[in-house]
Order: sequence, then structure tokens, then C-alpha cells
Amino acid sequence: MRRIISVLMENAPGSLSRIVGVFSQRGFNVDSLCVAPTDDKSLSRLTIVTVADDKVIEQITKQVNKLIDVLKVSDLSDGHHVERELMLVKVATRSELVRAEVKRNVDIFRAQIVDVDANNYTIQVTGTSDKLDAFAHALSQSTEIIEASRTGVCGLARGEKALRP
Amino acid sequence: MEMMSGAAMVVRTLKDIGVKHVFGYPGGAVLDIYDALYAQQDVEHVLVRHEQAAAHMADGYARSTGQTGTVLVTSGPGATNTITGIATAFMDSIPMVVLSGQVPSMHIGEDAFQETDMVGCSRPIVKHSFLVKRAVDIPEAIAKAYYIANTGRPGPVVVDLPKDIVNVSEEHPYQFPEDVTMRSYNPTLKGHNKQIKKAVKTLLESKRPILYVGGGAISAEASDLVTEIAEKLNAPVTSTLMGLGAFSSVHEQFVGMLGMHGRLEANKAMHNADCILALGARFDDRVTNNVDKFCPHANIIHVDIDPASISKIVGAHVPVVGSVDEVAKQLLKEMGKIDAKAQHAKVADWWEQINQWRSRKCLEYKKGDGLIKPQEVIESLYKHTNGDAYVSSDVGQHQMFAALYYPFAKPRRWINSGGLGTMGFGLPAAMGVQMAHPEAVSTVVTGDGSIQMNIQELATCMQYNLPIKIISLNNRALGMVRQWQDMIYKGRHSHSYMDSMPDFVKLAEAYGHIGIRVTKPEELDEAMAKCFAAKDRLVFMDIEIDQNEHVYPMQIKFGAMDDMRLSKTERT
Repeated sequence: MRRIISVLMENAPGSLSRIVGVFSQRGFNVDSLCVAPTDDKSLSRLTIVTVADDKVIEQITKQVNKLIDVLKVSDLSDGHHVERELMLVKVATRSELVRAEVKRNVDIFRAQIVDVDANNYTIQVTGTSDKLDAFAHALSQSTEIIEASRTGVCGLARGEKALRP
Repeated sequence: MEMMSGAAMVVRTLKDIGVKHVFGYPGGAVLDIYDALYAQQDVEHVLVRHEQAAAHMADGYARSTGQTGTVLVTSGPGATNTITGIATAFMDSIPMVVLSGQVPSMHIGEDAFQETDMVGCSRPIVKHSFLVKRAVDIPEAIAKAYYIANTGRPGPVVVDLPKDIVNVSEEHPYQFPEDVTMRSYNPTLKGHNKQIKKAVKTLLESKRPILYVGGGAISAEASDLVTEIAEKLNAPVTSTLMGLGAFSSVHEQFVGMLGMHGRLEANKAMHNADCILALGARFDDRVTNNVDKFCPHANIIHVDIDPASISKIVGAHVPVVGSVDEVAKQLLKEMGKIDAKAQHAKVADWWEQINQWRSRKCLEYKKGDGLIKPQEVIESLYKHTNGDAYVSSDVGQHQMFAALYYPFAKPRRWINSGGLGTMGFGLPAAMGVQMAHPEAVSTVVTGDGSIQMNIQELATCMQYNLPIKIISLNNRALGMVRQWQDMIYKGRHSHSYMDSMPDFVKLAEAYGHIGIRVTKPEELDEAMAKCFAAKDRLVFMDIEIDQNEHVYPMQIKFGAMDDMRLSKTERT
């Protein structure tokens, strides 16, 4: 089952490598990982998407929680939550027809063209991972994807729940 | 505020923490720290002959006292040589702080001379690590390291110190942090009340209870409390290899060590129990055998300070996160007064069954073919030390014989590498024990394979007058490997024999010690007496034992806990 694990940890050198270490050491898989400092600069928030059964998720949560730098761990997929991912994708736009089709897809998916070049557009799209997959698929039907970069999922629980120190 | 160099701060912080002994080896990156050590008397440095041994010495020191062991080594090879020692401590949850030198900050990442990413190398085998970046941060980093190492589930912590920050030519203000707090680290010590109630209810309803005691009971100093619980419930007690001594092995309720080479009655009792109270044990694969067949009738109450240990291997019916001592106190309080007579009656059938298993006498062995049996060596050791010695062990058959045939009545007397199984651990560990307890009898049970993995430390023993007694069970082979080859590989002894054995007696003498060779059973007693009569000397007992003896009982692979071989020909 796909799970989204949210981790609040000290924004200290080596913290990230310790988290990644737990995953590689214990044979847990990582689908995506997204990390950046929070509003409190001394803390980092990290979101990991993994696929595992309940027993493994329990171990992942406990092993990550055990790290000295980690303050809080929560499984977002346990309850209602908002999740988003951002993708930048560069597509070839060599003809008027392709440009029009790409633009149509951009509108339908509520994406944005953020850079234009003679022969390509760079598009930004946000949403769930599924939406990003669908968008990439739609683009690939009408043109060639030159390159794409995704941030990985980040998310927050809905309502009162919060991951604070 | 006092001004001093980074190097002086390192030593001063150790002193302020209360560190008495440091085990180490100098080198380029730590010369400043060594110079600071030279100028004082508060912290005694013990010079080893190989850094791995420094880590094992600090480890033995920690295991025998409960205090954190300290290691000081240089960068690069000095640091990497401690890796096996750190991993050993990590697997057995032993508090240790390793101070490693590092190349100057500005050269980190340049592949400088004797540079290794020690924080990176050690990451999977430490509880935590620090790379200190400024001299003023030294006291706090070291204080935190000791705090982390010896609170919660203990473990090793590495503090990497670049050479430029310990530079003796620059002085900085020194402030010792009186109070260490970390918002991200607060181990849970007390069990959850609801879980305590549930645990007690389960225990009192049980007709076939057993206490399964592990190393956590020793690190929590919970022996008396565990004994009180056992006596109150009149329950049998079994122990892991790491827990030996936490509950007295000479207590009538003790059914012996459990697991791969556990006693028949211990494994039988576990398999047939209806309630298992696991205290600071982690259901290791050397205990459970096939997890799918593990203890099918039991409600499992798992008490552990590390939440990640609970339900990692075997699901717990009643998980209790907390230290064994705190939880034991809570359990006793919740139990209140128990009618002893009624409780005895409740478990009477259970004891009758257990005594039947005991009557099989699974530890009996055959003597009388003119060869010394390893078991009788351990029995003789027990006799000549009145069962009161510190016994450090290496890894292999001798380790299992020692665990089975030397009953430990007290905690912290049995010092062995249980989790990692590190050959070469025994001698340096016994040295650490002897440094911590100068008046005590510190012995090593070892074999001809293991002892050669850190034999250079005989020189350190000479330098510091450590009168260790080395009991080497010499079978001219790697016994445990050979046993498995006999059992599984049709006796094809692939590289498990040594046909260029040194003369251990001469070797001991070359280092300035006493060596005694024993080859006949009838000489054993007298030789042992001679060994322990030489109180202030190291004695190396090279005891030629029966090469074909196997360790039994032994669990049968893929079976349940109590599927065991009892000898070369018998099984359960």
C-alpha cells in the first residue's frame, strides 16, 4: 500500500543521510522524497512516499523516529490529508499544431507555461502524483517530452492536526 | 570564563563528565589532544596495540560497570580500525563514545592524508554521531555524546574532531554544559498505565507463564526487580545469551539460557508457555528459530525501551515501551499482594512439566576417553573461581560452552559479543573489565581461532600489569565452523582447521607472561589451580581439547523453538 510519511527533524548536517540510511539499511523502498527547512529554520520537514504493508510501515515509522535528530513522525495517509507534487516539463513545440495542442492541455490541467523558447515550452504543473502522470501522458500523445523534473510529494494533514515540535 | 585550546577542552570535558579511563592510540590528527592528555592526571589513557582492541576494551569496561566506555583514535585507519568494535557495541546496546581525529576542516573532502569520512563510515552502526565544526562547540558535543550513549537504549556515539579545531595554538572560552537537553531526544522510561494493567491481568490469568530476560534487564540494573516479579509469580525464568546473570543462574526458578544452543527445558518451556513476559529482549533469530512456529500458545508481553524492537520480529499482544526497571516497578505495584499459596497452586502442573524436561539433563556429556572435554574445562573454571569471576568470551563453541556451563549469579559478569559475534573480542574486553575492577578476577574463555584475532594485546596487558587469566580451548580448528561442516556439509572441513598453530606457551612467555599447556584430563585441575594462584600475573592456559566435541543442545533449522538435537544421534 502507498503511504506518505511526514518527518520533522533538526535542520542539521547529516540528518538527511541518516534518514536515507535507515531506508537503505533496512531494505525499505522510497518512491519519492522531498525535503526543505520549515517556517522555523532550525527544523526540516521531509516527506517520503513508500509502498509497504502495515508491519513494514510500523517499522519504518519506529526506526525513523528512533533517530536522534528526528522530532516527530506521522503517517499522513492514516487520515485525511492534502498532498501535492510539482513537475516542470520541457516539451518540443516545433509546429503551430503542436503548440496549440500543448496549450490546450496546459489549460485543461490548469498548468502554466513558465518558459518559452523557439522550439520548446517549459511547463509547470502541480497536483497529486496521479494528475502529474496523466498530464505527462497527455503531453506525450501530441509531442515529445524533452525532459521533466518532479519534486516528489509533500503533504499536510487536513484540519487541526499538525506536525509541530 | 576559562580560556583554553580545543585539545585542552576535549580532555577537560572528559574530566568534567567524570571519565576515568580512555582507551586509544595516537596519530597525526589527534597529537594535540594527546599533548593535552600528557599535561594532566585526571584521565588515564591506556595505550592499546590496535584500535579495534581499544573499542573492545572500552566495551568490556562499559559492560562490566554500566558506565560509558571511551575510545580515542586518530583519523583514517585509526578511526576505521574501530569500526568492528563500534558495530559490536551497537548490536549489544553498549554505551560507548568514540572520539576520532579528523583532517583539518579545510581539507575535508580533498582525500587528504589519513582522511576517512568517519561519520559516514560509522553511520549505520552508531546511535548518533557528531562532526564538530568549531572549538567552542566541543564541550557540548562531547557532553551530548555521553548523554545519548548512556540513556534510553544505550549505544555507541562517534565524535569526529577536525585537527584545526583542537589546535593548541588558539584559545577559546570553555563552558561545561551542566544540563544536556535535546528537544528531539526524550526516551520513554515509564510504561503506559493501561498497558501495565493489561500486562498484569495477562500474567495473573496465566497458568504457564515464563519470564524471558534479555540484556535490557542488565543495562537497566533491574536484577532485583526481575527476581521479585519471578518469585511473586513463581514463574520459570529463561535468559538470552546477553541477559545471563540478570536473573541468577543458580536460582531454582532458572531454567537456563534459551535459543539455538539453549537448554532443552528453557526452549520447551517457551514453546509451551501460555504467557511470555519478555523483559529487555528482542526476539533475535538465534532465539526464535522459525518465527512462524514460535511459541504458538503464548500471549506475549514485550517490555522494551526501544519501541522499534517491539513487534519487529514477533508480534506482541501487550507491548510496553519503557525501561525494564521502571516497568518492573510498575508491574510489581499493579500486582500488589499476591496470595503465594494460590499462585503456587496455579503453576504447580506447569512446574511438574518443567521438572520432567529438566530431568532429561540435556547438558550431560561423556568423559573418559583420555581427551579433555571443553565442558569440563568450564566446570573447572567455575570451581576455581568460586563462580564469581568476570568471564569475557570470544566467539565460537567455547562461547556457548561458557554460557551453558558457567552459571552466572550476578549481572555484568558475563561479557560477550552476542549480536555481532565478533571473534577477537574476548581478550581486550577482559582487559577493559580488569581496568574497571583492578581487584577482581578477570578471565577470558577463548579458542585458538579467536585469540589470534587480537593477540597483540598481550603486550598491552604487560604494560598495564593486567593479570588476566586466558582459558584457551585449543582444538586446532575453528570449532563452530567445523561443527556446522560436520552437520551440514558431510564433514568437509573447508578451511576450518589451522595446521600452523603457534606454540601459545612460548608466545605468552615472549610477551612476558606465564603460559601453561594442558593436554590430559587428569592435569586440568592442578593446572587451573596453578593458573589462579598466580594472582598478579597474566596466565595463558593452552588447553588441548577434544576436537570432535559439538555444542548441544542445538535447535534444528526451520523448526520450532523446541525442535532440537540433543547429541550427535538424539533429537527431540
